[in-house]
Amino acid sequence: MDAILLQILNGLDKGSAYALIALGLTLIFGTLGVVNFAHGALFMLGAFCAVTLNNILSLSHEIVDETQTDFLGNPLRVEVPYIYDWFGPEVGASIIEWSVPLAILFSIPIMIAVGFIMERGLIKHFYKRPHADQILVTFGLAIVLQEIIKYFYGANPIPTPAPPAFTGSFDFGTMLGFEPGTIIYPYWRLVYFFFAMIIIAGVFAFLQFTTFGMVVRAGMADRETVGLLGINIDKRFTIMFAIAACVAGLAGVMYTPINSPNYHMGMDFLVLSFVVVVVGGMGSLPGAVLAGFLLGILESFASMRQVVDLLPGINQIIIYLVAIIILLTRPRGLMGRKGVMED
Amino acid sequence: MSKTNVTRRGVLKTGAVAGAGLAVPTIFDGQAWAQAGTGFTNAPEGGSVTLGFNVPQTGPYADEGADELRAYELAVEHLNGEGDGGMMSTFSSQALQGNGILGKKVEYVTGDTQTKSDAARASAKSMIEKDGAIMITGGSSSGVAVAVQALCQEAGVIFMAGLTHSNDTTGKDRRRNGFRHFFNSYMSGAALAPILANNYGTDRKAYHLTADYNWGYTTEEAVRSSTEAMGWETVGQVLTPLTQTDFSSYITPVLQSDADVLVLNHYGGNMVNSLTNAVQFGLRDRVVNGKNFEIIVPLYSRLMAKGAGANVKGIFGSTNWHWSLQDEGSKAFVQSFGTKYGFPPSQAAHTCYVQTMLYADAVERSGSFNPCAVVEALEGFEFDGLGNGPTLYRAEDHQCFKDVLVVKGKENPTSEFDLLEIVEVTPAAQVTYAPDHPQFAGGQLGACNPGA
Repeated sequence: MDAILLQILNGLDKGSAYALIALGLTLIFGTLGVVNFAHGALFMLGAFCAVTLNNILSLSHEIVDETQTDFLGNPLRVEVPYIYDWFGPEVGASIIEWSVPLAILFSIPIMIAVGFIMERGLIKHFYKRPHADQILVTFGLAIVLQEIIKYFYGANPIPTPAPPAFTGSFDFGTMLGFEPGTIIYPYWRLVYFFFAMIIIAGVFAFLQFTTFGMVVRAGMADRETVGLLGINIDKRFTIMFAIAACVAGLAGVMYTPINSPNYHMGMDFLVLSFVVVVVGGMGSLPGAVLAGFLLGILESFASMRQVVDLLPGINQIIIYLVAIIILLTRPRGLMGRKGVMED
Repeated sequence: MSKTNVTRRGVLKTGAVAGAGLAVPTIFDGQAWAQAGTGFTNAPEGGSVTLGFNVPQTGPYADEGADELRAYELAVEHLNGEGDGGMMSTFSSQALQGNGILGKKVEYVTGDTQTKSDAARASAKSMIEKDGAIMITGGSSSGVAVAVQALCQEAGVIFMAGLTHSNDTTGKDRRRNGFRHFFNSYMSGAALAPILANNYGTDRKAYHLTADYNWGYTTEEAVRSSTEAMGWETVGQVLTPLTQTDFSSYITPVLQSDADVLVLNHYGGNMVNSLTNAVQFGLRDRVVNGKNFEIIVPLYSRLMAKGAGANVKGIFGSTNWHWSLQDEGSKAFVQSFGTKYGFPPSQAAHTCYVQTMLYADAVERSGSFNPCAVVEALEGFEFDGLGNGPTLYRAEDHQCFKDVLVVKGKENPTSEFDLLEIVEVTPAAQVTYAPDHPQFAGGQLGACNPGA
């Protein structure tokens, strides 16, 4: 029982990341009709916003420490962040340690700008082109973006830890009456789950309760009619693209303490997120969220030793297997609507 | 009356050719290789010789590849008499003179392995066929090393492996034209086991997470057999996909087992992520069976340790070489590399530099670029002064036998390079095994292939 609970918890944080990326993918597909293979790269860019802010806050000047030597035997040059000089070592260190939460604010304007430039500069030229062309151009863009990041940040993962207050883990099992030490869960993963919930709720509320959202939903249902009513739907869709980019970016920012970011992390999530979108139902926002959590949890269960011993290799194919079963029984996905991608 | 075409002149010609043919085995022997300027793949013409550096320039090991390339460029510089000469002055064989190799200026071409076997073979093939490379070296993965080694054997050129740690490279996949300076999984297990026993005791229960590919299997086998031999029990073993990024679902079952040690048979990004996840889930704060829970990383690399950040502190592992070694060879190399690039070399850079020097030295000693002459010069070659103490290139499997370092993550690093501290230099004798050891069984070197 405790093992099952633990795998559900594991699935929740993984599912949160899938859901956030798939939500953005579905928003873009639903509004612009574009299959955006660069969406994983936006997740990666968000993560590197956190790395960049950490680097900015850690900008340093060198002082020579005569008491120590470097690897060549010269006096050791110690780097002291400017922020230590301005706020004192203790406050300065705390600001650097809190760089990941601070990066949420830092990344929002950057990701909105990236989304806006991407849509206006490239994607809009492919609205009327076949989906295959859209996939090729956005996939190419993803490769360009990750190579740019690799050029500036290298190929190695860059550790970006959570603030010290959230680095530990808590004993979830004792709260539920299990033996101590059986259900341990890191604080940051819980933070990530609640953060994802807030973002998802925010996006749904925005679409459901604002006039802007109502127009966007109307545009998703029938773009032509909304246009005939004199509403500039293209402008609203551009804003939605920027919002989707921002959601992916925020998912990336908050993911950095879970796994050290590297230039390839977007690609690792991209394929799975597409499977999530297809399983959830193309164009269905609740479907994307539901499928994200469902597949995240299933993936965790399939990694259990007892399951792998019984069905070797199941951990590597479970998501695709479930996708096949769902698409065979429900060809439009869990919550897919009739008519989407069926022309 | 019949007329035959056999003439006296014809008989003499045929006899001369046949005689020369029969004499070949004795002509191509020892110093006689010096006359063998042709008859092998890419025999150098003119005043230069081309080496092929096949390293990951893209993909997840690109940073390690970049460091390998720096080392190769430094080695070429030193071979051509430029710079401070690095380890040429400390190398026990003083055959290299800083005038290239056999008087020919050393030039090089590079290839990108992408850490993919097929891409690595394609780039090696291109360097051999189009650029005339006479020797291929490099790589940051055992899969790549085994694939390129087999290609070089077929093509008739020498392969001097870069960073490859799987037993199979000089075990079941060994080749006569291939040589490995880097240590292997067995050596890691043999070096680590006594240190682990001293620090953690002999009554331990280990759980292995193993990368699901060749290197993972041999490393797990080596560490398991070494630790079980000293009394540890293996209570769990799970293979993890190479593409895995989040290891939480593999780590949480460890919490439910009665294991008190987790062995992460992972390298590269896998190691960074699995170690980070294990620390996040509080494994290092646990007390199981009345003992502190411990984590072990059998193969350490400074570049990977940097990626894992503070999580490596206090964690044991092994490494081929470390820049903090104080022997004359290591100091000369660190000085040379550090002055040129501004930071200390990695173990990957060290093994690549050494392999280039060993190849050049073997050519000088044999007096020929012929791969079979180089093989003969390297087999059973004993040397010192290249950073690992007295070393033997064993003839039976083309594996270097030398001291192995047991390291652990440093508690208080003074710089971004100062991440590991040497716990013990395990003597070569302790990590030496028989050529037919079960972990290396099934391979044959075969015959040397000089190619064309």
